[in-house]
Amino acid sequence: MRFWIAVIPLVLFAALAGVFLMNIGKDSSVVPSALIDKPAPDFQLPPLPGRDKGLSRADISKGNVSVLNVFASWCIPCRAEHPLIKRMAREANVPVYGLNYKEKDPQDGVNWLGELGDPYSAVGMDLSGRTGIDFGVYGVPETFIIDGTGQIRYKHVGPVTNEVLEEVLLPKIAELKG
Amino acid sequence: MMRPTCSLFAAFAVILIGLHAGPAYAVNPDEMLSDPVLEERARDISQELRCLVCQNQSIDDSDADLARDLRILVRERLIASDTNDEVIDYIVERYGDYVLLNPPLKPETYILWISPILLALFALIAVIAFYRRKQREDGAGPKSLSDQEEKRLTEILGSSQDRS
Repeated sequence: MRFWIAVIPLVLFAALAGVFLMNIGKDSSVVPSALIDKPAPDFQLPPLPGRDKGLSRADISKGNVSVLNVFASWCIPCRAEHPLIKRMAREANVPVYGLNYKEKDPQDGVNWLGELGDPYSAVGMDLSGRTGIDFGVYGVPETFIIDGTGQIRYKHVGPVTNEVLEEVLLPKIAELKG
Repeated sequence: MMRPTCSLFAAFAVILIGLHAGPAYAVNPDEMLSDPVLEERARDISQELRCLVCQNQSIDDSDADLARDLRILVRERLIASDTNDEVIDYIVERYGDYVLLNPPLKPETYILWISPILLALFALIAVIAFYRRKQREDGAGPKSLSDQEEKRLTEILGSSQDRS
């Protein structure tokens, strides 16, 4: 009996150390999305200046898997991930839509895509950031995978890297396409 | 040189000013509602909501862009005559329980809420057990000598008396 009481603190310490150990290397700034497996919010966004097609909920619930990438010209990591978004659009064989988040000047998004290339099937301009809030966006870039019924199935926060694209996003898209 | 009463007065003035200065908030004047009751409610709600960019600040405290957008959103919902709970639910629907600085009591958070109580109980039991045992040991005292020991003692004492 006495032996077991003496062992309790050691066991508690080991359990706590285990919990801490499991969390090493986990990015604490990543917040789990509240919208996973929920229908994407309703939205209707105007096109970039000089284009005629914006983006709305109808685009992402047309019966096929799609990707929604939230980007902004002022966002440095977006620039870093952009080649990979282009690669995703080529390799995943699903439409990749762009949500141009909170530009100071509507023209900025157009210029940015002109400079870096435009992989998006359509781009919606969210100047107020309100659609971003509806999607639970808290930092650009963010990338959503949406199934054919318009449900959000996966969300990646932060820039897409080679590793993320190859090991997470592409397999997830393939899985949803079935 | 200042006279003593004068400097005392100055010191008081400084303290009084200090007492009146509240904590600095990030709310900009242009965000505030003209209705003081609604504004007060907006402030209460904002202090409950975490800024997801800076994480350990409420949106009321934070200068982040998103915090500002959420403060404005909170005020819009209030103007649309939402109750405080409805406003908070609206934000939680989008950002999850994580935006609440005060985590709700539900199965996933039981361990968070209950573990302090369990630890306190455990500590209380340990303290009680410790004192109980101590009391028992104190109360028992030394046992009286057995007949054999008594005899031996008189022998020893007797023999030492003989020698002296």
